[in-house]
Amino acid sequence: MMISAASTPEGGASLPLTGEVDARHGPILYMEDVSVSFDGFRALNHLSLYIDDGELRCLIGPNGAGKTTLMDVITGKTKPDSGSVFFGQTIDLLELDEPAIAQAGICRKFQKPSVFDALTVFENLELALKTDKRTWPTLFHKLNGEQRDRIHDVLQTIALPAQQRQLAGALSHGQKQWLEIGMLLMQDPKVMLVDEPIAGMTHQEVERTAELLLSLQGKHSIVVVEHDMEFVRSIARKVTVLHEGSVLTEGTMDEVQNDPRVIQVYLGG
Amino acid sequence: MQSQRFRTRLKTPPGLRPADRSPKNSLLSMMTTTSTQTGIETRGVFKRLFELVFLNTVRREPVAGLSAQPGSNGTSAVDRSGWLIRIGLVLLIAAAAMAARPVLADETGNPLDLLRQGSMSEREQAVEQLAADSANLKLLQALQDGKLFELKAEAKLAIGLETQTGYSLTDPISGASLGEVERGAVGKINLNNKLRTLLRKAIGQLQLNHADPAVRLGAVQAMAKNVDDKALALLKDHLDHEADAEIVAAIRSVLLLQDINSPDKSQRVNAITTLKEFDSQDAVNKLQALTEKDADGNFVEADSDIRNLAEAALIKIRGRMQAYAAIETVFFGLSLGAVLVLAAIGLAITFGVMGIINMAHGELMMLGAYTTYVMQQLLPNNLGTALILSIPMAFLVAALVGIAIERGIIRFLYGRPLETLLATFGVSLFLQQAVRSIFSPLNRSVATPDWMSGSWQINDFLSLTWNRFYILIFCLLVFTALLQILKRTKLGLEVRAVAQNRGMARAMGIPTSRVDAMTFGLGSGIAGVAGVALSQITNVGPNLGQAYIVDSFMVVVFGGVGNLFGTLVAGFSLGIANKVLEPYAGAVLAKILVLVFIILFIQKKPRGLFPQKGRAAES
Amino acid sequence: MNLQNLTQDKTYASVLLALASVTILIPFCNLIFPEDSALHFSAYSVSLIGKYLTFALLGLSLDMVWGYAGILVLGQGAFFALGGYAMGMYLMRQIGTRGVYGNAELPDFMVFLNWTELPWYWYGFENFGFSMLMVLLAPGLLAFVFGWLAFRSRVTGVYLSIITQALTYALLLAFFRNEMGFGGNNGLTDFKDILGFNIQSEAVRSVLLLMTGLSLIGALLLCRWIVNSKLGRVVTAIRDQESRVRFLGYRVELFKLWVFVFAAMLAGLAGALYVPQVGIINPSEFSPLNSLEIVIWVAVGGRGTLYGAIIGAVLVNYAKTVLTGLMPDAWLFCLGGAFILVTLLMPDGIVGLLRRRIKPKPTLNATGGQPA
Repeated sequence: MMISAASTPEGGASLPLTGEVDARHGPILYMEDVSVSFDGFRALNHLSLYIDDGELRCLIGPNGAGKTTLMDVITGKTKPDSGSVFFGQTIDLLELDEPAIAQAGICRKFQKPSVFDALTVFENLELALKTDKRTWPTLFHKLNGEQRDRIHDVLQTIALPAQQRQLAGALSHGQKQWLEIGMLLMQDPKVMLVDEPIAGMTHQEVERTAELLLSLQGKHSIVVVEHDMEFVRSIARKVTVLHEGSVLTEGTMDEVQNDPRVIQVYLGG
Repeated sequence: MQSQRFRTRLKTPPGLRPADRSPKNSLLSMMTTTSTQTGIETRGVFKRLFELVFLNTVRREPVAGLSAQPGSNGTSAVDRSGWLIRIGLVLLIAAAAMAARPVLADETGNPLDLLRQGSMSEREQAVEQLAADSANLKLLQALQDGKLFELKAEAKLAIGLETQTGYSLTDPISGASLGEVERGAVGKINLNNKLRTLLRKAIGQLQLNHADPAVRLGAVQAMAKNVDDKALALLKDHLDHEADAEIVAAIRSVLLLQDINSPDKSQRVNAITTLKEFDSQDAVNKLQALTEKDADGNFVEADSDIRNLAEAALIKIRGRMQAYAAIETVFFGLSLGAVLVLAAIGLAITFGVMGIINMAHGELMMLGAYTTYVMQQLLPNNLGTALILSIPMAFLVAALVGIAIERGIIRFLYGRPLETLLATFGVSLFLQQAVRSIFSPLNRSVATPDWMSGSWQINDFLSLTWNRFYILIFCLLVFTALLQILKRTKLGLEVRAVAQNRGMARAMGIPTSRVDAMTFGLGSGIAGVAGVALSQITNVGPNLGQAYIVDSFMVVVFGGVGNLFGTLVAGFSLGIANKVLEPYAGAVLAKILVLVFIILFIQKKPRGLFPQKGRAAES
Repeated sequence: MNLQNLTQDKTYASVLLALASVTILIPFCNLIFPEDSALHFSAYSVSLIGKYLTFALLGLSLDMVWGYAGILVLGQGAFFALGGYAMGMYLMRQIGTRGVYGNAELPDFMVFLNWTELPWYWYGFENFGFSMLMVLLAPGLLAFVFGWLAFRSRVTGVYLSIITQALTYALLLAFFRNEMGFGGNNGLTDFKDILGFNIQSEAVRSVLLLMTGLSLIGALLLCRWIVNSKLGRVVTAIRDQESRVRFLGYRVELFKLWVFVFAAMLAGLAGALYVPQVGIINPSEFSPLNSLEIVIWVAVGGRGTLYGAIIGAVLVNYAKTVLTGLMPDAWLFCLGGAFILVTLLMPDGIVGLLRRRIKPKPTLNATGGQPA
């Protein structure tokens, strides 16, 4: 009793629902003049970035360019020193913490696949299911037919229906990556932040992943961070290059690859 | 800046020490036992510490002998030159006193014989004669106390201490033992009032002229307790000859306290205005008396000017008393903090730098304390030496045990902090029971060497205990040493390298597992050293470590893990906080409040006062 | 469902069966068979087994927070003691005028301290229902306040363990104080009766054992239901990947708090059942060592299995009874050795060993986990 009472003010009920995200003016994600520094090191330096609704955007940049920090800022893990981050026109992400941002519809796949090894594939997806995530409802939660179907759909999408009763810890590296993408899908997010999705995948798996991401665009806004240029070329319409914590350039893959500054950054050092 | 009490106590022969422990010990007995030894008081405390520890056999022998030549024994070669100057001074003063007196015909007779056999008036002459030489002080004091006897058979005088069957006698001049006799074999030398007055004056004068300032100060303080005109005159006379500032102040204080009762108002006003600058309990009492009302509600002191002045002076003195109280609180806080820091800096290494939760840390301290106990058992006659030797021994013992723990258990559990916590807790139970089985479940007592007991009496309102003072200094020394080890030595460099990036350190050829063992050994060894300090202020028993483990973790966490300075600041501030709260809340509640505060603090700032910054700290 | 769940179900069934038979048979044998019968259980063994069962309940509560949520609480004994004190206060009020001083209102120790009236926090404890409510609420409230502060500011791992230890240490110091009004050093003792029945009588002891056994069975079933619920899975997920759960939109701190408070209440219940059976509650129950012993019960049994905690608690305490009787000096050596050996050699406890024997290939990272 006490717990649910306490959870109400901070809990999910008071959060804006995904449907309320106001993306009528184009971009769904605004980052303006964002700076983050760690102990003197500037991870993000007056960075500004706009992601359009339904867009598939690739972020590239050398190590230390600030890609992961950027995702940390959007998902609430790191609070920036200055700048503003908005989800749609109205939701100030800097006022929300991680669970609130996740419930608002921004989901994230980590660089290192992080699934719950001690749970089965099915249970992993069940936990990610978009539903009331407060304590008491969770305790009494029972899957209804519709939700079950949804889980099975996602299992199909990520090609793991045969493994649904296996412990996630027993999956291969590539399968774990897919499972995590599947967990993102279960949350039915507006924005998906995908950090290095193809690390450790076989060639076939990479192709399937590219197909999957391409099929998701339009329904979701997707931001992909990846080092593999070939993969980026295969999926990207628009590429943003980060360097030393700010946007170096933006454009199609060809434009970006021919930009002398990009060549300088990647090759000239 | 040494106190009179401290000096006197130091020179007390070992046999008499236990009786003299109480702060209000008999001044006379102290003076008698110290009269043959002269000052080494100008030297610093640390030099004395050194001497007592390393030269104490040399120093104590002559004291125990107390033999044939009064005035020249009991001094080591180091003191002799200073002593010669002093005796010269005394002789000079004595000669001056002699010159002022008419020469009597029978002065050529032996005063001891006169004292033994003569009439009362002859005894007066004898006393006056004897009063010329400070060597006779003991004899005169014995006479005054009724302890001087005539040894009937041998027709000589002796100082007698009553025993069960008779008296044990000593020679009044040399102090040599003359054996024991039955009651009937001696006759007491009787006194009359005139003789007593004379004696008191003579003794006072002799003491005031004594070479040892401690004796002189004692004489002034004795007179202050029972002031009469003669004593006042003596003190006034002496004031001009006195060089020691402490004694001058004491005499002035006595004189001023008398002046308050003077019929001359300007003298009274002057006395009060001067006394308000004195840190003296006597002055407070006297001034207090001036402001009080009698049973009928009338002021005891009729003169309102004097009353108001006294009030103002009291306020001034009380203000200073508060300041002293604050200083004392801070000192106690710092010393408690020093204990906490000592207990915690070992942890700051093992937990802070290596990330190992060592629940057996308290037991490593306990081992250090037991090492001290064992060392004192091995060197029962040199407790001080044993204590000093315990420091390296305790370091070794605890470090070896620590290395064994690291090699045997912890290295299998790196990266699993909760498991490490449990396993080392097992070790702590093991060590506790081992100590219980080997020694005893009861507390063992570790003696405090003399130079560490007692306190530093700065004035009537402020005294600081020596053992806490030494622990504070010891703590700072250990801390500095540790800092230097980490900063200056190769081991320190390797420790820091491994702490920051284990993989990289290994890639650069640093033998990480050896460094782990050495680091853990270092942290454990410091715990052992902390145990030596703890043995001086608390009971040494199997539960010693338990009492400190929670506290020391709190200190490390409060200060910020991985930050040695944080540990130092946290330890001292928690110590002071504890002592500041204590008067209001009581010791236990103060401790609880501090614990609760830390629990809340950690929740507000989980990384402590001085958090490590940067991306490394994020993970 | 799958094979693992089936074997688990079997083990659960056998543990439940064993518990049920102990719960029913021992009081039965104690009451029905005459004292000289071979089947008779002495009053001493009845309260001893009753005590073990309360410890099993306590171990179960720790397994919920440690085994499933990965929160190593080094102060679980504090909640146990608080529940015990709530029960002790009820029993004290039942003494009435039969105390040494014969004061109807005040317990003896308060009369001894020259107190004239009952402190406000003793109000209501003459009522059994209210006292039982407090048995759950007092530890629950402490856990709620403490946990809310700790989890909200994301204190985790060893830091949390150490501050829970500091918590119980602070309570130990506090309860030693006479001014607290809980009997100081001596605690609460000399109980006379419970609900009007003589607390010393064999029948009451047997009923208490029965109640303890039923509570334990109930608690085990409840815990099992919880860990198999979605909340249980969320909590396990938090243990293994806290931040991932947060990014799925769960308020990690509230889930931890939920389990922490639940476990605290369970521990309080265990304490309340413990006190009438041993006849005393004093501040030593708050000592950090007691709380650490609970950890070793669970570690020995095998954490994250629920029934492992029960097996561990009973086994370790039986060993303690035997060893402290035979060689008092050896007990701490054994306890210390158990800590070292279990962590080094059998991280999954006895249950882990048994499982490995049944199925040589260890399929489960599940129970081992990497809570850090």
